[in-house]
Amino acid sequence: MFVKIEPRPEPSRVMKYCSPLIAALLMLISGLIIFTLLGKDPMQAFFAFFIEPVHDLYSVGELFIKAAPLMLIGTGLAIGFRANIWNIGAEGQMALGAIFGGYIAIIFHGSSSHFVLPLMILCGAAGGMLWAAIPALLKTVFNANEILVSLMLNYVALLLLELLVHGPLRDPNGYGFPQSVLFSDSAMLPILIKGTRLHLGVLISIIGVGIGWVFLEKSFTGYQLQVAGLAQKAATYAGFDYKKLIWIGMLAGGLAAGIAGVLEIAGPIGQLLPSISPGYGYAAIIVAFVGRLHPGGIFLSSLLMALLYLGGESGQMNLDLPSAVTGIFQGLLLFYLLAADFLIYFRLRITRRQRKEG
Amino acid sequence: MADSLAVLIIVSTIASGIRLATPFLLASLGEALGQRSGVLNLGVDGVMLLGAFGAYYTVLQTNNPYYGLLVGIGTGLVLGVFYGFITLNLRAEQGVSGIGIYLFGLGMSDLLFQKFVGTPRPILPFMPLHFPVLSDLPIVGEMLFQHSIIVYIAFGLVPVMSFILYKTTYGLNIRAIGENPEAADSLGVSVMATRYSAIIIGNGLAGLAGAALAIELGIFQQNLTNAMGFIAIALVYFGAWTPTGVMLGSFLFGLVQAIVLQCKTFGVIPRSASDLAAMAPAIITILALVVVAKRFKQPAALTKPYVRGG
Repeated sequence: MFVKIEPRPEPSRVMKYCSPLIAALLMLISGLIIFTLLGKDPMQAFFAFFIEPVHDLYSVGELFIKAAPLMLIGTGLAIGFRANIWNIGAEGQMALGAIFGGYIAIIFHGSSSHFVLPLMILCGAAGGMLWAAIPALLKTVFNANEILVSLMLNYVALLLLELLVHGPLRDPNGYGFPQSVLFSDSAMLPILIKGTRLHLGVLISIIGVGIGWVFLEKSFTGYQLQVAGLAQKAATYAGFDYKKLIWIGMLAGGLAAGIAGVLEIAGPIGQLLPSISPGYGYAAIIVAFVGRLHPGGIFLSSLLMALLYLGGESGQMNLDLPSAVTGIFQGLLLFYLLAADFLIYFRLRITRRQRKEG
Repeated sequence: MADSLAVLIIVSTIASGIRLATPFLLASLGEALGQRSGVLNLGVDGVMLLGAFGAYYTVLQTNNPYYGLLVGIGTGLVLGVFYGFITLNLRAEQGVSGIGIYLFGLGMSDLLFQKFVGTPRPILPFMPLHFPVLSDLPIVGEMLFQHSIIVYIAFGLVPVMSFILYKTTYGLNIRAIGENPEAADSLGVSVMATRYSAIIIGNGLAGLAGAALAIELGIFQQNLTNAMGFIAIALVYFGAWTPTGVMLGSFLFGLVQAIVLQCKTFGVIPRSASDLAAMAPAIITILALVVVAKRFKQPAALTKPYVRGG
């Protein structure tokens, strides 16, 4: 018996949607193996990692709180990714959003105006876009590699946040701890469902995904991005301005990440801290790909990724599993997806005997 | 008196700059080789972390730093095969799959450390070599001839890599495939085999870089590299894809780090300024990317999977 690999005449639509499922399944199997190797009862570990985090209303709320930044950033990144514009800098753009939004919350501390929160979101969006504009500018003017520039800016942004929280934005009455004042109620996102921590930011994120869907699937610019991603030359012949698409692709990611940064500090965190994200900006890249760069898919994959985060926490508390397991799952999920994607363009055929050549 | 103190400080800063440059140099030489063949590997940091843990654990068990180096290389080679399979056979997007390696390496090295070591224990670092006469020279001796073996391996690899790239058929093949794989293929050069070899060797060097870091520091901890792998990738652009350029870039970065460390030790600059200085590598890198993009061209086929007749 031989396994033969042959190219498909046309990319398989079925495989395109099946491959994330295959990847998730393979990740689960690997997870059980890893749990076993770590000397844990695999079923118990599986329960702690994947079931425990979603067993009641409160925990489901937590799942959506974690998924919200992932789905919002994932959608923003997908807009660029569709046109092969690789923004790897969402982590930094998120930090800038938090700095800008957090600054508003701090200067209007004690105010009860209804305008504080919208202003925070606006400034956060501006901060994220400003940070994303740097790689866009350097790419369009100097042709500098946007992957590396956006990546390097992550480190600058995270250090900037740390610096500010240790210094100018620190709570003067906070006994020198590196954190800002706790935001006033006017700067906090209201809770939507009693008995959970589910906040308005989750709803805003879901609306953001919806807007992303309309933009990508229904607008002419969304179509241009798609064409540019499939065949840049064709797009240029068609008269599309690729530089404009670079700007749109980059800024969309920055906008989403900036808002996500504000929603984090005005939601679950409630103040500025030296670190405001457990790697959401990187995880959102995986979310975008697992979701097939489609907002609907991104919504679903953000829930899966959120489950990995919660599972990591629950495994750590209940089974003494290292929290590093989350990162391993994230990496594995991406590999399996990339591997399974091969089946979109190729098929495996099992033949009984090798056909003679000639 | 003041003069001799100044000389002392300068000499020790340069010496530590050379030492700190070593992991950067090893990793970026490896990355340069892969990029020359047309493959971008964003996972260097993850490979370095796993190489570092492998080396740390080996030395902890055997007390032999040389075994540690070998395990570091081996870890990198294995990951290189894996990365080659993902990007060459499965043609995964290179800008993204490296992030997967990074997250995997970051998590896995931490998991293994907590599982097998738990509380940090120091390991035996390298002993500095002693060359007759040379090491005893004033100034130059301390600056250049009192380092550990890995420093000489790293800097010795620079001419070796230049020779391979520019004077051998294999090197010519690598460069040809990075620029125009179709043409190389039509001349009978196997694009697949050559790229595989470049990626595997490149990842081996990244693993060695991690090992060098862990053994030089004598410790391992979560995220030991702290993004050094990403800077190593940028150094390849900085050095315009040449071994000598990469070496100069690595030395510059090592020196910047050494100066920052020296300033911290002497308390010359306040905390906020040292935080600002910590941003320097990333900012210098961005500036370098701009300058390089204007003056040099990256390998034309970089990040493009090769499909015959496609």
